Amino acid sequence: MSALLNVKNMTHYFGGLRAVHNYNLNIAPRQITGLIGPNGAGKTTIFNLITGIYTPAQGTITLENENIKGLETNEIAAKGVGRTFQNLALWRHINVLDHIKMAHYSQLAYGLFGSFFNTPACRREETRVEENSYRLLELFNIKQHANQLVTSLPYGAQRRVEMARAMAINPKVLFLDEPTAGMTPDELVQMIKIIKQVHKDFKVAIFLIEHRMKFVMDLCQHIQTLVFGEIIAQGPPEKIQNNPAVIEAYLGKEDLT
Amino acid sequence: MELIKKFKHLFSNISLLGWLIGTLAAVVIEYYWGYDYISYYLGLPKIPVLFGTLIMLKNPIMIPSALAYDIIVYLIPILLTAGVSCNFANFLAGLFEKLPLGLSVLIHLIFFYAILHLWAGINDYRILIIKLTLISIILTVSVNVINGYQGEFSCSHPGFMALGAYTSSIITLVLFVNDKIFGTPLLPESIGPWLFPFALLGGGIAAAIGSLLVAIPSFRTRGDYLAIISLAFMFIIKSAVENLHIIGGARGMGGHPDYAPLPIIFAWTMLCIWVVHNFVTSIFGKALNTVRDDEAASEAMTIKTRKTKVTAFMFGAFWAGIAGGLFAHVLAYINPSMFSINRLAEILAMVYFGGLNSIVGSIVGAVSINVLGEALRPLELFKWIIIPLILIFVMIFRPYGLISFKEIDAKRLLRAKNKNNQGIKDKRGV
Ligand SMILES: Nc1ncnc2c1ncn2[C@@H]1O[C@H](COP(=O)(O)OP(=O)(O)OP(=O)(O)O)[C@@H](O)[C@H]1O
Ligand SMILES: [Mg+2]
Repeated sequence: MSALLNVKNMTHYFGGLRAVHNYNLNIAPRQITGLIGPNGAGKTTIFNLITGIYTPAQGTITLENENIKGLETNEIAAKGVGRTFQNLALWRHINVLDHIKMAHYSQLAYGLFGSFFNTPACRREETRVEENSYRLLELFNIKQHANQLVTSLPYGAQRRVEMARAMAINPKVLFLDEPTAGMTPDELVQMIKIIKQVHKDFKVAIFLIEHRMKFVMDLCQHIQTLVFGEIIAQGPPEKIQNNPAVIEAYLGKEDLT
Repeated sequence: MELIKKFKHLFSNISLLGWLIGTLAAVVIEYYWGYDYISYYLGLPKIPVLFGTLIMLKNPIMIPSALAYDIIVYLIPILLTAGVSCNFANFLAGLFEKLPLGLSVLIHLIFFYAILHLWAGINDYRILIIKLTLISIILTVSVNVINGYQGEFSCSHPGFMALGAYTSSIITLVLFVNDKIFGTPLLPESIGPWLFPFALLGGGIAAAIGSLLVAIPSFRTRGDYLAIISLAFMFIIKSAVENLHIIGGARGMGGHPDYAPLPIIFAWTMLCIWVVHNFVTSIFGKALNTVRDDEAASEAMTIKTRKTKVTAFMFGAFWAGIAGGLFAHVLAYINPSMFSINRLAEILAMVYFGGLNSIVGSIVGAVSINVLGEALRPLELFKWIIIPLILIFVMIFRPYGLISFKEIDAKRLLRAKNKNNQGIKDKRGV
C-alpha cells in the first residue's frame, strides 16, 4: 500500500520524560485516522513532532516517500501538512479574511520586490489569493465575519477560521488537534458536517485527536490508542470499541468520572 | 454640542481638495501680504514663524496680535475659500476619481507640496523645521515596521541612522567635495546632486547590513533581551565611530554639500511612505503581524518566520539609513553623539505617541512631537515637563498610541463629497 504519511519507530524525550516511544503511523491518501488517549498521553507531542515543531530523537518521517524529518515547520507545512492547534492559535490583530490569505504565503508567485513596489504581478496574485480565500470562507460558513477580528468571534466560528486557514495551505493531510474541544452540541454537529464536507471536497487525508468517542467512531476508518507515549491498540473503530485494554485505559476512566 | 454638529455639517461636503485650495489661499495671502500689511498693522515685529506660538510664549502681550494674525491669515481664508470653492473642488475631485488612484494621489501630493513650499518660503527657520519633520516621519515609519508591525522592542534605530548618515556622508565627501578629511574630490562636483540618491542608497544598504547584528539574535529572543541587545548595538556603533579618527571621531565631520533641499526630502519621504505602505499591506508584510501575534501558528501556516524577521529589520534599518543620510546633508555636520540615547528617546516617543502598527499614526506622531517641540521651545525647561506629561496621558488612555492598527484608505480620503452623491450611497446602503 502506498502511504501518504509514514512514521517509523519515532521516539522523543523531554529531559528525562519519555513522551513518545516507538511510535508508528501509516496514513493512506484520503484516510481518516483518529488518535485517542488519556490526558498527557503524548498526542499533541506526536503532532508537534511530525509537523517539525520538535525534531524526534529517533525514527523516520516521510511524506509521499520523501523525508520530512529535520525540515523547518514552514517547509513541512508547505509540503502539505496542515494543522490546527489544541488551544486555538489565531492572530489577535488580524481579521478573518487575512487569516486565510496569510496561509497562501508559500504559494505566492511574487517576491519582496513586488510587495515593495506593488507591481502588477503582486496585485494579480493578491487578487487571486483573495478570491480563493473568499471561497474557503464560504465553505466554512464564516464569510459574514470576513472583516472582523478573530477575537470578536464566537468560539465555534474561531475553530472554523482555524480550520479554513489550515485548508488554505492546500494540505495533503490535515491534522486536527481536538477540533471539538469546548464546543456546544450545536457547534459539534456543525463541525462533524464540516469535517465530512472538507474530506469529500478536498480529498485530503485527516489525522485527528479527539476525546469524544462518538465523534471518533463516527468519522474515523482507523484508530490508534495512545497511553504514556505508546500505542496500546489500533484498528478499525468496532475493534477499538470492544478492546478491553482501551476500555480500561480510556473508556473505563471516563465511566468512573 | 448642537453648535459643533451644525459646524460639522456645514463643512461636511468639503473634499480634501477643497481644504487644500483653502490652505493655498491662506498661504498665498501670507506670502504676499503677511509682512507688509498684516503683521505690520498688528504690530508684530515679523511674520510669526510657527503660528505665533513662539512669540506668544516669549512675550504674552503679543497674544492678541498673534491670534489675530492666525485668524486673519489662516482661519478665515481657509474656511472662506474652502467653502466658496466647495462645488468646484468637488467637481475636480470627481474628475480625479476617474483617474487611477496612484495618479490622483500624486496630483494631490504635488498640490500639497506647492502649499508647503510657499509656506516654508517665508524664512529659513520654517524650511529647517519642515525638513527635520519629514526626516522624522521616515524614521518613525521605519521604527514602526520593527517595533509596531513586527512587535519587537528594538532600541537600535539611532545606530542604523548613524550607519546611514556616515556612509552617505563619506560617499559624498570623498567623491564630490574638497574637504579637510578626504582631500580633493574624485569626481566633478557638478554631478554630485545627480548621484546623491546613490549615496543615500549606500547609506541605507549599510544600515540594512548592520541590522543583521540585531536581527539574528531576534530569532531566539524577544522582549527585554532583544531590547538590551539592540541598545548595546546602538552604543557599539556610537563608540566605534568615536574611535575612528579617519572619519572625524568624536569631533564629527562636516562640510556636506547642500544636496538635500526641501523637494528632495519631500520626495524621499513620500517614497518611503509609499513603499512601506505597499509592504505592510501585502501578504509578505502582514507576515510581520502574524509572527508578532503567534510565531508557531505562522510557521504552521508556511510562513518563513526567520526570513520575515530579517526582512523587517533590514527594511526598517534601510529607511533609517536613508533618514540618517538626509539628516547629515541637512545639517551639513554630524557627530556620534547625535545618534545616541537622546535621539532614541525622541524616536520612540514619536512612535509610541503616534500609534503602533499604523503609518498614519507614525506621521501624526512625528509631526506633532516635532512641531510641539519647536512651538514650546521658549518654555525651555518646562518643555521637558509638558511633552512627557502629554506622552504619559496618551499612554494611559491609548496604550497603543493615538492612531494604532489603522491604515488610511486613500480612495475615501480623496473622494468628492457631493450631497447628491452621498444620497445615492445612503439609498444603496438601505
Ligand atoms: N515542551 C515540553 N516540554 C516538556 N514536557 C512536555 C512538553 N510538551 C509536552 N510535555 C509533556 O509530555 C507529555 C505529553 O504531553 P501532550 O501535550 O502531548 O499530551 P496530550 O496527549 O496531548 O494530552 P491532552 O489530552 O491533555 O492534550 C505530558 O506529560 C507533558 O507534560
Ligand atoms: Mg494535547
